[in-house]
Amino acid sequence: MSADYDITETLDVKGASCPMPVVKTKSAIDDLAEGEILEVLATDAGSMSDIEGWASGTAGVELVDQQEGDDVYTHYVRKTE
Amino acid sequence: MSTDTPDASADDTPSRAELAARVDELEDALAEATSEDDAKKMSIIATKGTLDMAYPPLILASTAAAFGYEVTVFHTFWGLEILHEERSKNLKLSSVGNPNMPVPNAVAALPGMDRVTTKMMEKKIDDNDTATIEELIETSLDMGVEFQACQMTIDLMDYDEDDFYDGVTTGVGAATALQDMAEADIQLLV
Repeated sequence: MSADYDITETLDVKGASCPMPVVKTKSAIDDLAEGEILEVLATDAGSMSDIEGWASGTAGVELVDQQEGDDVYTHYVRKTE
Repeated sequence: MSTDTPDASADDTPSRAELAARVDELEDALAEATSEDDAKKMSIIATKGTLDMAYPPLILASTAAAFGYEVTVFHTFWGLEILHEERSKNLKLSSVGNPNMPVPNAVAALPGMDRVTTKMMEKKIDDNDTATIEELIETSLDMGVEFQACQMTIDLMDYDEDDFYDGVTTGVGAATALQDMAEADIQLLV
């Protein structure tokens, strides 16, 4: 699954609930360089909608993909600027 | 009359140079106005200090900061408890007047019941890995959220500047909050 993307960093927010998945994703993406991809592993079911909403409303990031596993929701976010 | 008309029209019609200067002036003003409004802003007024009501302003503030908003949260009256380093760790929840709590009001009003409902809520927060109030404040501060402590309430409650988390702005009043609200894209009273 994750082999589809060239992942620079993985952020594990499993167990954390709103607003932490989004807030920690933002902090982690700040540390990346332009073009790099962050993989986010979350168990919060709300993270599917929240990370999508955050990515579309935030400058400089792009949601590449989201995958819904059995227990874990995986998000791929690219830093675009 | 006949002599006034040519004079008046000569006065009223601006020269080409004057028009050009006016256009430059307006373009500058427009550039300034649009560049200042580049960053989106959110202004929250936090007025409640119970455990349940401390969450919404902090969750929205940290999330808005993640979206790139410039966020100010003005804490007044019981909302100031959230910024009080010691008291914020002991915020209480009451089931009195809250029909959604599984305790009848008559029982909820008994002495010691607030402690019971607070413990119950704290256990739920812990079990669910929901962030604590302290974590949300520290995270928000790291993300650049400005927390403002209402000076009038500080004086009213007899608090000291040192009682608050490091990074909290003190010495501000309603006029500051109003100014933030006027400039903000989102204004909330919690």
